[in-house]
Amino acid sequence: MRLDCPHCGKRDRREFTYRGDALALLRPDPGAEAAAWDDYLHNRDNPAGLTRELWYHDPCGTWAVVERDTLTHHVAGSQAAAEADR
Amino acid sequence: MRYSGLRVLAEGLRGNKGWGPAWRDPEPKASYDIVIIGGGGHGLSTAYYLAKQHGLTNIAVLEKGYLGGGNVGRNTTIVRANYGLPGNSEFYSHSLKLWEGLEQDLNYNVMHSQRGIINLFHSDGARDAAARRGNAMINQGDDAILLDRNGVRDLLPYLDFDNIRFPIYGGLYHPRGGTARHDAVAWGYARGADSRGVDLIQNCEVTGIDIENGQVTGVQTSRGPIRAKKVAMVVAGRSGQVAALAGMRLPIESHVLQAFVTEGLKPVLDNVITFGAGHFYISQSDKGGLVFGGDLDLYASYAARGNLPTAEHVVEAAITLMPMVGKARMLRSWGGIMDMSPDGSPIIDKTHIDGLYLNCGWCYGGFKAVPGSGFAYAHLIAQDRPHESAARYRLDRFRTGAGLMDEEATGSQHNLH
Amino acid sequence: MRLEGRGLIDRTREVAFTFDGRRYSGHPGDTLASALLANDVRLVARSFKYHRPRGVFGAGSEEPNALVTVGRGAAQTPNTRATVQELFEGLEVVSQNRWPTLERDVMSVNDLAGPFLSAGFYYKTFMWPQAFWEKLYEPIIRRAAGLGALSGEPDTAHYDKAFAHCDLLVVGSGPAGLMAALVAARAGADVILAEEDSRLGGRLLAEDERIGAKSGVGWVEDVRGELGNFPNVRIMTRTTVTGAYDQGTYGALERVALHLADPGDAPLETFWRIVAKRCVLAAGALERPIAFADNDRPGIMSAAAVRAYLHRWGVAPGKLVTVFGNNDDAHRTARDLAAAGVKIAGLIDSRRDVSVADGDFPVFSGGEVTGTAGRRGLREIKIRHSGGERSIWTDCLAVSGGWNPTVHLTCHMNGRPVWDDGLAAFIPAEGAVPGMTPVGAARGVFSTAGCLEDGARAGQAAAEALGLAVSAVDIPGGDDTPFAFEPKWRVPGRRRAWLDFQNDVTVKDVELAAKENFRSVEHMKRYTTQGMAPDQGKNSNIGALAVLADATGRAIPETGTTTYRPPFVPVSLSAMGAGARGKGFAPERFTTSHSATVARGAPMIEAGLWYRPSYFPAIEGEFWREACDREVAMVRNHVGICDVSTLGKVDIQGPDAGAFLDFVYTNMFSTLKVGRVRYGLMLREDGHVMDDGTTARLGDAHFVMTTTTAAAGQVMQHLEFVHQCLRPDLRVRIMSVTEQWAQFAVAGPKARDLLNDVLDTPIDGESWPFMACGAVTVAGVPGRLFRISFSGEHAYEVAVPARYGDTLFRHLLSLAESMGGGPYGMEALNVLRIEKGFITHSEIHGRVTAFDIGMERMISAKKDCIGKSAAARPGLVDPDRERLVGLKPVGSVRQITAGAHLFNKDDPATRAHDQGYITSVGWSPTLESYLGLGFLRRGPERVGEVVRMVDHLRDVETLCEVCDPVFFDPEGGRVRG
Repeated sequence: MRLDCPHCGKRDRREFTYRGDALALLRPDPGAEAAAWDDYLHNRDNPAGLTRELWYHDPCGTWAVVERDTLTHHVAGSQAAAEADR
Repeated sequence: MRYSGLRVLAEGLRGNKGWGPAWRDPEPKASYDIVIIGGGGHGLSTAYYLAKQHGLTNIAVLEKGYLGGGNVGRNTTIVRANYGLPGNSEFYSHSLKLWEGLEQDLNYNVMHSQRGIINLFHSDGARDAAARRGNAMINQGDDAILLDRNGVRDLLPYLDFDNIRFPIYGGLYHPRGGTARHDAVAWGYARGADSRGVDLIQNCEVTGIDIENGQVTGVQTSRGPIRAKKVAMVVAGRSGQVAALAGMRLPIESHVLQAFVTEGLKPVLDNVITFGAGHFYISQSDKGGLVFGGDLDLYASYAARGNLPTAEHVVEAAITLMPMVGKARMLRSWGGIMDMSPDGSPIIDKTHIDGLYLNCGWCYGGFKAVPGSGFAYAHLIAQDRPHESAARYRLDRFRTGAGLMDEEATGSQHNLH
Repeated sequence: MRLEGRGLIDRTREVAFTFDGRRYSGHPGDTLASALLANDVRLVARSFKYHRPRGVFGAGSEEPNALVTVGRGAAQTPNTRATVQELFEGLEVVSQNRWPTLERDVMSVNDLAGPFLSAGFYYKTFMWPQAFWEKLYEPIIRRAAGLGALSGEPDTAHYDKAFAHCDLLVVGSGPAGLMAALVAARAGADVILAEEDSRLGGRLLAEDERIGAKSGVGWVEDVRGELGNFPNVRIMTRTTVTGAYDQGTYGALERVALHLADPGDAPLETFWRIVAKRCVLAAGALERPIAFADNDRPGIMSAAAVRAYLHRWGVAPGKLVTVFGNNDDAHRTARDLAAAGVKIAGLIDSRRDVSVADGDFPVFSGGEVTGTAGRRGLREIKIRHSGGERSIWTDCLAVSGGWNPTVHLTCHMNGRPVWDDGLAAFIPAEGAVPGMTPVGAARGVFSTAGCLEDGARAGQAAAEALGLAVSAVDIPGGDDTPFAFEPKWRVPGRRRAWLDFQNDVTVKDVELAAKENFRSVEHMKRYTTQGMAPDQGKNSNIGALAVLADATGRAIPETGTTTYRPPFVPVSLSAMGAGARGKGFAPERFTTSHSATVARGAPMIEAGLWYRPSYFPAIEGEFWREACDREVAMVRNHVGICDVSTLGKVDIQGPDAGAFLDFVYTNMFSTLKVGRVRYGLMLREDGHVMDDGTTARLGDAHFVMTTTTAAAGQVMQHLEFVHQCLRPDLRVRIMSVTEQWAQFAVAGPKARDLLNDVLDTPIDGESWPFMACGAVTVAGVPGRLFRISFSGEHAYEVAVPARYGDTLFRHLLSLAESMGGGPYGMEALNVLRIEKGFITHSEIHGRVTAFDIGMERMISAKKDCIGKSAAARPGLVDPDRERLVGLKPVGSVRQITAGAHLFNKDDPATRAHDQGYITSVGWSPTLESYLGLGFLRRGPERVGEVVRMVDHLRDVETLCEVCDPVFFDPEGGRVRG
């Protein structure tokens, strides 16, 4: 498996660490209700198909938002998390 | 039809002409008391115990593909009760007791083999953690023995004790742990449920869950609508999609776990061994193949297949731990879809919809739970209150933070358990 | 029997080898199988279940029968395909799965018990009595099962792993693969041509064909020559592509030196990871057998293999050969053999009304083989023809049931092959593997001319897809006879007819599975073990599927197909795990003090990937506890030196560095003064403790954070996550500098005295109070000094650029020793911190909260931070939680153990009464007692109470007094002294 680092280009999967759904970018406000935090921390759409997810490229330290299909593992695109839509 | 050695002899003499179907292939009825979504190990055992323990038989098990085609047919067959935290301790202890005697109960040889499991540890800190877990096992009434390095050497002389990257300090030995023939477990439960009148319906995909006024009323399927008073979801890696049919979003992320088997070899490995310094576990099947696995591929997937980095890492662990397996050849690799929960422990609970029940989150430990999960889920469905062995498997524990069972202690990231 | 004047072997040289101790001889170019056949050795193996006699069936890696054990001692390699193993001088081979000998195998009694050993019989018996499974039945089954044996010795041979990248990977070098490689190479593409065999050519090596004006073999040599001249082409023979993975990644196994008597420095095998932009799959096709009664005897072979032995190795596998088939390849087989002077006893063609143009042998059109005889080798076959039966004496029956395209790699990414009615075979689904194009026989194009054309077209398409211009392609002419064929899967009959030779699965087994309602192909496979043997059903799956379809009244495509999964051929674990043996499993990290430490005889222990000293023996053979006690006393009374470089060090700079730290730590850091250090607690977002450590402010916009050794990598990733994903607005940059600095703790009452001998400018209590930090120079080298303590003593950590670490460590040690001090290791460090109640990851093990360790007040109310909201969940602040306490033994047994559980004094030691557990224990020479840290329900409320500690595993039980976790110097006077 190979993924696109927005900084370094195509690299082997061994260089990356997976975190999970890119909803991790959408941290609730500190005062948000328990349900909002529950959704943020635990509940997932868990789609069988296209998903946006966070990967860390260990050698360069870039967090990337990768669009990937969970059925085919096709990678549709990637962008730096710092610049990604929220 | 009752199975026995005599019967095998008699049929052999008659050219094996008298064997009948292990289960029927009924057409779905218009309505059932209980519809179980998912004909895997957990779904089939749930149906079996509903019939056997609670006398409920107007039940359909709906399976999208073939019976036992999910994780029950693609795991590394390990059966154990060696958990450290309350909730898991009592549940797996109960499940192991059901395993002990399962052949006689089901009249089906699932080849449950209590050959012992040794969890190796590789530091003083890991020894202390193993001791804490082993003591919890004994507190629960299960068995555990703390082996030092020499104790491990006596049992497993072929491990690399001298040059290994992470030296073997000792092992936590669980003599009652072992393996079973995975497919046979599904088939045994299927046959048992079928013979008690449960309808097992294959090639029947659930496409909708009918809910009226907060009460479940049935399901839509690829073979037509089926009414039901109660609907029980138990679909492992596909939990997210099925729960979505009822408008639910679950604390589940689906991940791929690979497993591997070598060509057949004469007996060389008598126990189940796990390597504490790198996810790796191995045993030898009765057919002679070394069956082993390790970490998840660590990315969300429904593909039921993995990639080389994990496969290689698992094999590397085998080579550093037991270099005598080097000349064995990997024959096949495959993947299963794991329903990873935020604390690595499962959920057996009611939902906010009356009559709709949830069983998921088994991560990659679901096989050994098949009897216990079915038993507890059947109890919940039949009596609308949890069985004591699974009372802590609540869905709301993540929201409240009460009663989390994070055995791996890695926190709320699904793939880290 | 070797035939004169044929074959691609070197007849001028002899190669000696042994099989089951007997000496034989072959020639360079031989495989073990061709050499055995040349020596008229027919019985080479026993089957898995019934221990039936078996001979060589095929000529490739899919061989189902001729599996043998090669080599001796640690080199012993079971389950080696005789058809793949190349001959070398001194090759030692033994047969397997038999006792005592191959000819007289006691377990062949299983064959007589066949009627009772039908599919799945074991699920129906061996259940009584319950205890007998592990004691009796299973051991017997296990011993009977399995094929070859491992030696039990570590595999000490050399293996390798490698990466390769290319534009185009061509899998297979038959006519299609060669043309694809040639066209793409001429266009300038970087090509890897992977061929499983020892030489290029594929099927052309096994047939007598012409391409253009040349012999097939001659044409192959020409192409090989041209390809060899391209710098952009890499030809990899003996290399099997084993798997197709995501984004154009392929696994491949190269048998580098398995064909050599002495591999020298070469690895035996190399496992390749090939990344290819495009792939052409030219893997050919596999001939399928036909199921008929007793079709598994030695001498019954694939017809294609018989031709291969004839043409490539100059071997006639029999003296009197019969051929049975449903297609024209059967005719070709008979014709070629006859032309070579081999006597043909008969050609049985299941098709009616076929004629053979030339051939001086009997042809039984519309006939079928109904039985065979010959216990250890074929002697006779029975055929049904024109309504009558007759027997034919024969020692070799060549069988051709048609061809199955080698679609396996196209299935590795869940592609399902599609049924082609015309070919009665599965062909690859379109786009099954992104970037891969199946060509030639692998997609059902069976004529040589078709393969040449198909390969050329795919090579051109691949080149063009890569943006390369392709000049005119000239395709040489080849045999274009259409493939004439009528499906024939089985010959009906009462006796057992084998499908899966290796696992002994017969037609009856599949029919029984169907009868018992194992009608799904997956159920049938799992119930009968069909296709689960070392050939993974390559020879048998389609035939079994046809039988199942028949038994269940369905068409074949409706019945389905099982999934082919990697690897295509079995891969030795040594190859796939190459480099991992011994220390190679994980990187080793060494501190700058490593050599000085080892020189002092300190036993090193693993701390994550690092090595750290356990203790420093004062004299050789000093017991660890004595050394530990001595080192603890040394620190408490004089001064000790400890390398703490393994702790994570993170440089954090930028105008918003303070705000950033406020967000990642529970407590405030923006208010920290320059030149000061603060202890920080870091939570995971789920509210549990992630890590702790000190962070120093070296400048307005410059902090240095320390993490624990264990969590350094995780924290670094977390900090980048928080910055890039949650707070990209903050102007801050984060860099790990763990390896850039060597850092040593100098701890004890004499710490300052010692340092003043080291530092260029002396320090005093006023300029360097507790928790001060700043720049210093050490012998002119710019360094850093932090007045922090993990021992509870007056202590510092001094850091210098890593290249000075070794020198500084040795210098610190000599100064310390002159003051009654010296180095201390992990054991002493652990005792020192337990005496002070300082936590490590034994306590912050991932399930504890700030509340649990008594630090809930460190979560600042003035600001938000990671984990703050989740930490406030009711379950995480429940007073009933297990919380940190100190524990001292007060019972008659004065020992406590880590991992023991805690109970109320009079309660039984069972789960229902569990009150907590002990995480860390050390013998305190200072307080002359075992001391423990642990977690106890409502712990802090219970200080002074006596609880019961039970360690079932080590058989230790005692009473403990619950204490404050800080056992020593609770006022903290020493650290400020």
